[in-house]
Amino acid sequence: MKVDITTPDNKLFSGEANLVQLPGLDGSFEILNHHAPMVSVLGMGKIKVIDTAKNVSYYEIKKGIVQVLNNTVVVLAE
Amino acid sequence: MSNLKEVRIRIASVTSTQQITSAMKLVSASKLKRAQDAILKLRPYSAKLDELLESLVVSLGNDVQEEIVFAKQRPVKKVLFVVITSNRGLCGAFNANVIKRTLALIEENYSQQAAAGNVHILSIGRKSSEFFAKKHFKMLDTHNELFDKLAYGNVAPVAEMVMDYFVSNVYDRVEIVYNQFKNAAVQILTNEQFLPVKMVDIKEVKDKDRNADYIFEPDKTIVLQEIIPKILKVKFYKALLDSYAAEHGARMTSMHKATDNATELLNVLKQSYNKARQAAITNEILEIVGGAEALKS
Repeated sequence: MKVDITTPDNKLFSGEANLVQLPGLDGSFEILNHHAPMVSVLGMGKIKVIDTAKNVSYYEIKKGIVQVLNNTVVVLAE
Repeated sequence: MSNLKEVRIRIASVTSTQQITSAMKLVSASKLKRAQDAILKLRPYSAKLDELLESLVVSLGNDVQEEIVFAKQRPVKKVLFVVITSNRGLCGAFNANVIKRTLALIEENYSQQAAAGNVHILSIGRKSSEFFAKKHFKMLDTHNELFDKLAYGNVAPVAEMVMDYFVSNVYDRVEIVYNQFKNAAVQILTNEQFLPVKMVDIKEVKDKDRNADYIFEPDKTIVLQEIIPKILKVKFYKALLDSYAAEHGARMTSMHKATDNATELLNVLKQSYNKARQAAITNEILEIVGGAEALKS
């Protein structure tokens, strides 16, 4: 699936990934390939991304909103 | 000959002015590049937020819109104008345009409120701060320092402050006046109603028919409560970035024109310098020849 993590100032991550772990308001959750369409509010925490080459990367956010649609994950972070 | 010397001094001064303007043009060009990158990066972000809001509103229906604190329509008693200009001059009519538009808007739409002293100004950029202070407008605050380091983290608190004033009924309407960036040569003078938020027209959105059936987590109202302040803050930040990029575009074009004018002026001056020099030489020869003739006879 395609993942985009952006803040108003710059792009943190953009590319193909196998798994994204996100800090939801009610606790952390993961998104895998072919997730149903979803919009969720994110709290403060770390985003974990595992890309197709199995590399793991982390991004700190204060809050944000995630949209999942057509196998594309867009995180609008702050 | 004094004329010759005068022209030489003018040539020297125009040349140094030309050097300054062309240097300023180059500086603006490089700053423009960075400012342009920033605004072009933010636009998709804010477009995505708007799209999310649309699909939310469609699934929530009209009633919820009225419950949003930022969308409450009240009789307009007190108005806040957020006027965004630049900190520095030498950018053509850039700042004058914004100030003129603000004054015209106050005159047209809010003359009653202004007469009662209920139109306040929040100025961003030294040029508007100076102007409105001099004209004895009521200033809520000035934030000239935002342009020193333009980052979302610095701008968001100012936007939050404005939003708090609206929610606590201090102001019933907030308008923003700024220059929108189109390209390096073109700025679009823009005024927008910042608060209350103009909500989405459901019918219009439904026609677009691109909205998926989303799962909302934790629930729709919380998402809505989160997304609207975010949209407002991003909108505020976007106005600043737009103005910043537009400022450098305006300065670049005006400095370019100034350099061109200086070149033209230099050509004219050089020609008159050469003419004067030639006249002086001819005169001298005539004198010598005349002297020689006189000696002969």
